[in-house]
Amino acid sequence: MEKLEILEGRKKQVFEKNKETETFDIKCETTSLSGSVSQRACVFCGSRVVLYPVADALHVVHGPIGCAAYTWDIRGAVSSGPELHRLSFSTDLKEMDVIYGGEKKLYKSLLELIDQYEPKAAFIYSTCIIGLIGDDIDAVCKKVSEEKGIPVLPVHSEGFKGTKKDGYKAACDALMKIVGTGSTEGIGKYSINILGEFNLAGEAWIIKDYYEQMGIEVVSTMTGDGRVDDIRRSHGASLNIVQCSGSMVRLAKTMEEKYGIPYLRVSYFGIEDMSKALYDVASHFSDNPEILQAAKKVVSREVGELYPQLLEFRKALDGKKAAIYVGGAFKAFSLIKALDSLGMDVVLAGSQTGNKDDYEGLKGMCDEGTIIVDDSNPVELSKFILEKEVDLLIGGVKERPIAYKLGVSFCDHNHERKIPLAGFIGMYNFAKEVYESVMSPVWQFAPRKGGLS
Amino acid sequence: MLLRHTNKEILEREALTINPAKTCQPIGAMYAALGIHGCLPHSHGSQGCCSYHRSTLTRHYKEPVMAATSSFTEGASVFGGQANLVTAIDNIFTVYEPDLIAVHSTCLSETIGDDLQQIVTKAKDDGKIPEGKHVIYAPTPSFVGSHVTGYANMVAAMAEQFAENTGKPIDQINIVAGWMEPPDMREIKRLAKELGVTIQLFPDTSDVLDAPQTGKHVFYPKGGIRVPDLKSTGDSKSSIALGCFSGEPGAVALDKKCKVPFKTEDIPVGLRATDRFLMRLSKAAGVKIPESITDERGRLVDLMTDMEQYFHGKKVALFGDPDDLVPLTEFLLDLNMKPVHIISGTPGKRFEQRIRAILADTHADANVKNGPQADIFLLHQWIKNEPVDLLIGNTYGKYIARDEDIPFVRYGFPILDRIGHSYFPNIGYMGAIRLAEKILGVLMDRQDRDAPEESFELVM
Ligand code: SF4
Ligand code: SF4
Repeated sequence: MEKLEILEGRKKQVFEKNKETETFDIKCETTSLSGSVSQRACVFCGSRVVLYPVADALHVVHGPIGCAAYTWDIRGAVSSGPELHRLSFSTDLKEMDVIYGGEKKLYKSLLELIDQYEPKAAFIYSTCIIGLIGDDIDAVCKKVSEEKGIPVLPVHSEGFKGTKKDGYKAACDALMKIVGTGSTEGIGKYSINILGEFNLAGEAWIIKDYYEQMGIEVVSTMTGDGRVDDIRRSHGASLNIVQCSGSMVRLAKTMEEKYGIPYLRVSYFGIEDMSKALYDVASHFSDNPEILQAAKKVVSREVGELYPQLLEFRKALDGKKAAIYVGGAFKAFSLIKALDSLGMDVVLAGSQTGNKDDYEGLKGMCDEGTIIVDDSNPVELSKFILEKEVDLLIGGVKERPIAYKLGVSFCDHNHERKIPLAGFIGMYNFAKEVYESVMSPVWQFAPRKGGLS
Repeated sequence: MLLRHTNKEILEREALTINPAKTCQPIGAMYAALGIHGCLPHSHGSQGCCSYHRSTLTRHYKEPVMAATSSFTEGASVFGGQANLVTAIDNIFTVYEPDLIAVHSTCLSETIGDDLQQIVTKAKDDGKIPEGKHVIYAPTPSFVGSHVTGYANMVAAMAEQFAENTGKPIDQINIVAGWMEPPDMREIKRLAKELGVTIQLFPDTSDVLDAPQTGKHVFYPKGGIRVPDLKSTGDSKSSIALGCFSGEPGAVALDKKCKVPFKTEDIPVGLRATDRFLMRLSKAAGVKIPESITDERGRLVDLMTDMEQYFHGKKVALFGDPDDLVPLTEFLLDLNMKPVHIISGTPGKRFEQRIRAILADTHADANVKNGPQADIFLLHQWIKNEPVDLLIGNTYGKYIARDEDIPFVRYGFPILDRIGHSYFPNIGYMGAIRLAEKILGVLMDRQDRDAPEESFELVM
């Protein structure tokens, strides 16, 4: 790691915050450079993660086997009921299908599956190759839907057609076809949908519980322990709450246009943002002061419990340095605040899919000298981690072993988290995990910088 | 009951794969390429595939897995990926400084008809490949074969594109490694050393995907066969290919190009396959099997006799890759167990022929299937119809093991939820001892768990 260079074409995607950075013009929302060891995924990946938690729907990956195999149950989006989403269905295209088209195979597969499982709906993901061979999956879906009487929804998620974000859009478009098809009878005025919360390790249940304690009715958790019938009637809710990842903003916007349902963007990570997520909803329903009262009660109870515990962690973690490299930039905001409440300094903040506004926001929140980076790669990450003498890296599956090799502690804030990190209890879990990793005795045997100081 | 949706009634499926017992070619090519020192695998396609392949290998090995991508966009998919690949090669040599790049295609680049050979030649003509550096390539469309064939294709590419016959024979034997774990590759080298035979093992992922913690993140760990050694394989006396699916194509390519004769053996899993491998190697090199190895064998046999009563008659369901399953099935029989359901997602006639031959005398009625619709769903249905005492397979088997309450031994690729597979060998006599230990462990744990209070015993 002596000689580290940043790819010429990437220079505009990396910034160090200092006085000269006034003309901050980060390049982002581009595809990765050819030949880079990018940490990014594809459109299909985006669609798959958003829709995956709809547990009583069939999820069929139309394409060769790999795309389905790699996304088989890799995200711990748990369900309180059906588990249909955790099976892996693939049309497993072969050479002949590629030449002659895979429509027939898809049609047959769907009939077989729907007869067997009687799902509430089916999502059909088209992968790269489908886009190329030009299968008309819309027509197949329509036909099957008519024959079987359930929504069969094409998800146009050909991997090469953009970034993961475009996959979110495709997923939202598919969901939008279900929204509005159910009866809204019995839905009260103080009602919300929770969007973009994937129920990893049961997080959606925690959030839902807070809102219910405030006297708010949760019509649908959409894509966290999601159910088709709830989504069908979700247009009856008064407000949409979109979790930070931003993956479902598009759906919220479309619902606003079509049904006049306003939306709020929130984050459930960290004390500050979690409290705000509850207060924002309460102030939206300002005609009912009881909701605000209840929100205050929830917050003061939870924070009261949490705060002394956090102080303990803070004692140990104060002044330690953290690097953040996550998927969505919005999450980085919450993480910076959460780390701040633990006394830790963020010296690197990066994301795979941030946009200009996100990075402006990051710049505003970060201290001098912090590195801000878009779509990074392992060489850069290692370089920054060493240069900045980082104590903790927060990232995803591909970043974990890099941190460990460098002798740096790690916390997964992406798919791989096994304990809930959302909500007040989540903040406790997060602090505990960070504490345990940073303070682990193992680092004494794992000298940083290859043993050089 | 995670797989509560699996029903007992087996319907003929024509079009669908449910819970696959295989994955796609490029990940195999990526894994194989990591077995050359200083190699950066490169995925010619869009980002998603590369990202998934890296993630899966990372989860399996808990090691940083490096690979670059051509990052196809819509443009590339319409106009062809030549420009992307040429730029990629240029960028990679400038920034990541590998000794070589091993390019594999994906469904996407195959479907649009990119010709890797032609593009690499173009890159060379354009001066994008620096002096002393190399680019090799293998076609790995996923709509044919599986991850196993992808591995084989990349290994064949190594032989084809590196091996040189200089006319000066070298006293060494090539061992073309089938898909094995890094500790297995290490074990092959140890056994050869014990025999006193010089070998060239390729690919060799030991010290790459089981690298020690050093406080550094290096792109190219110290392991892997070096390019000069890979070239020298063309001058070797002969080759032994391990595994007819994953190893043999490499040996065939070497024979074709450099006239190095080869023999194919099973991956040495269990007693008899290890015997055959060692005999083959000792014969090829003209050496005797040393006492130290005979002793290892003796220890394995000793364990098998000591524990025979616990193995016998136990029914086993297994799934995985063909080159693993063939010798494993044989070993299970030697332990007096009963393999009753066997599934491999990888297509190929030779699998069923081999397995059937092995089972012919004692278990001719076993359920065996590979290729399309040979998936974990079908295996589960078989188990529902005829329950087993033990399940052996990769991590995904845990769903069945839990739902049906069956003791489970993790074996094969991928293993995402346990460690050990990248530290301890499964092959050779020592590997067989480990396998037997694992099987015994779960069987006896089950016996302990289920024993009524009055028959719970200290000594078993
Ligand atoms: S099956 Fe093809 S498209 Fe899918 S991940 Fe594998 S290479 Fe990529
Ligand atoms: S083939 Fe396309 S859709 Fe499938 S993983 Fe690769 S990039 Fe994504």
